[in-house]
Amino acid sequence: MQRLGIVNYFGVITNFIGKTMAIAELEARKLHHDFTELLTRAVQPALWLLIFGEVLAQVRAIPTGNLPYIDFMAPGILAQSVLFIAIFYGIAIIWERDLGIVHKFLATPTPRSALVLGKALSAGERGLAQAVIVYALALALGVRLSWNIISLMVVVVVIILGSALFSTFSLIIACLVKTRERFMGIGQILTMPLFFASNAIYPISIMPSWLQVISQINPLTYEVDALRASMLINGPTAYGVPFDLLFLLVATAINVAIAAKLYPRVVI
Amino acid sequence: MQRTEPVTQQESRGSSILQTQSLTKRFGDFTAVAELTISIEHGEIFGLVGPNGAGKTTVIKMLTTLLPPTAGNASIDGHSITHEAAKVRRVIGYVPQLLSADGAVTGYENLLIFSKLYDIPRRERKERISDVLDFMGLTDFSDKLVRTYSGGMIRRLEIAQAMLHRPKLLFLDEPTVGLDPVARKAVWEHIQQLRADYGTTIFLTTHYMDEADELCGRVAIMHLGKVAAIGSPSELKSSVGDGATLDDAFAYYSGAEENSGGGYRATSRVRRVTERVG
Repeated sequence: MQRLGIVNYFGVITNFIGKTMAIAELEARKLHHDFTELLTRAVQPALWLLIFGEVLAQVRAIPTGNLPYIDFMAPGILAQSVLFIAIFYGIAIIWERDLGIVHKFLATPTPRSALVLGKALSAGERGLAQAVIVYALALALGVRLSWNIISLMVVVVVIILGSALFSTFSLIIACLVKTRERFMGIGQILTMPLFFASNAIYPISIMPSWLQVISQINPLTYEVDALRASMLINGPTAYGVPFDLLFLLVATAINVAIAAKLYPRVVI
Repeated sequence: MQRTEPVTQQESRGSSILQTQSLTKRFGDFTAVAELTISIEHGEIFGLVGPNGAGKTTVIKMLTTLLPPTAGNASIDGHSITHEAAKVRRVIGYVPQLLSADGAVTGYENLLIFSKLYDIPRRERKERISDVLDFMGLTDFSDKLVRTYSGGMIRRLEIAQAMLHRPKLLFLDEPTVGLDPVARKAVWEHIQQLRADYGTTIFLTTHYMDEADELCGRVAIMHLGKVAAIGSPSELKSSVGDGATLDDAFAYYSGAEENSGGGYRATSRVRRVTERVG
């Protein structure tokens, strides 16, 4: 029965990419129709940068080396807002399940992994829109941003990976808990530790050692590390951007694989 | 086989488009669908009716490959729903019960995305989409956001979405629930037109006996996971008595008990009773 030749494999792969892009295209079209939603999403990072950031910059309590605190913090706030958007995708899946939208997509000849990866890229599109807002805020606050084309490309890749990673994570949770109420509770419990047990707004070195261990297995740490290295002029990195990217890529691939297995079960 | 439908265009593999063999689904101790064996002919409009909890949704979920059966099997256009799910998905269309077209994009965009998911070749997409828009009477609204559509328009758009790839078998789960009478009529006409123009076989579930009576060539009344009666609306009516309506037949065969399928209310009622007794 196994008669898949090279041509067939090629067909399977182009089919997979085409379907993934179709799902991602739907999200891009939604964003195109509704810019106001993007603006409301700007409020949270603005509050963090303007209030939390400006106050802590005055205190000078956090050792950030040669970096001004607001520069140190800006990539962390970008990672945070990308995280909060991505975590929302799980609840969207439960919502779509309740309406029968998931059923409709699952009844089409679309590979399950393409449905999941399409959703992950959709989160990436929203994450990129968020990045534009955070860059504008950071520019206004005098953060020394790097406009190097390669750095910008790394930022784009990191945001897409980070969004994909956390949106599929949220999708996995949604497939397990299955109801909106339970997801709301768990979503809150997860996002806060992910954010605070990371290097987003303070360096890991000032944490107690048990928390350092948790931070070092927290993917958000590597997302922030890569963003800090590439967003800022002479941005510092603790682990090196290639390692950060590898960590994020592997974690995303694992999540997509798990989510593709669980996703069809959300309708049962 | 003398009374084959004239609209049947497909080269048929065997006489029926859908056959189930002892299709069964259990959830723990609860049997939602028990050894369902039915077959549906090409070009037929088949209705599945039954009280809440009778197992209609479970049947649809199994046939649309969303839920694996516990036992038994079904074949659609010659493909097994368990072993050839991918092939089954290419020949079916599915419209879920709730209005689920994407409100944040236009009607055209809803169709465009589905034309890609259904592998309609790039050069044919535009024409296919304008055909289904025209067929469903939505051409003038194709560039409007779906959230501005009426309920009847959204339902028509969803049927358009599900027929883009010209499915041989279209599943409609309570197609007119929540629609006003005018919109219901319009959806009925489009369903009948779809069968007449394209020879599409239609499998629908409904709670409305007037709908089953108007649309369906054959109706199966489900009760407690089993088919209690099956036949044309007139056969079902006359089997109950002279001058009986389909509502009478439905009440007769489904036991006329509210929530007889063991839903939440029935369960809690039973629990209260047993508590008092025990």
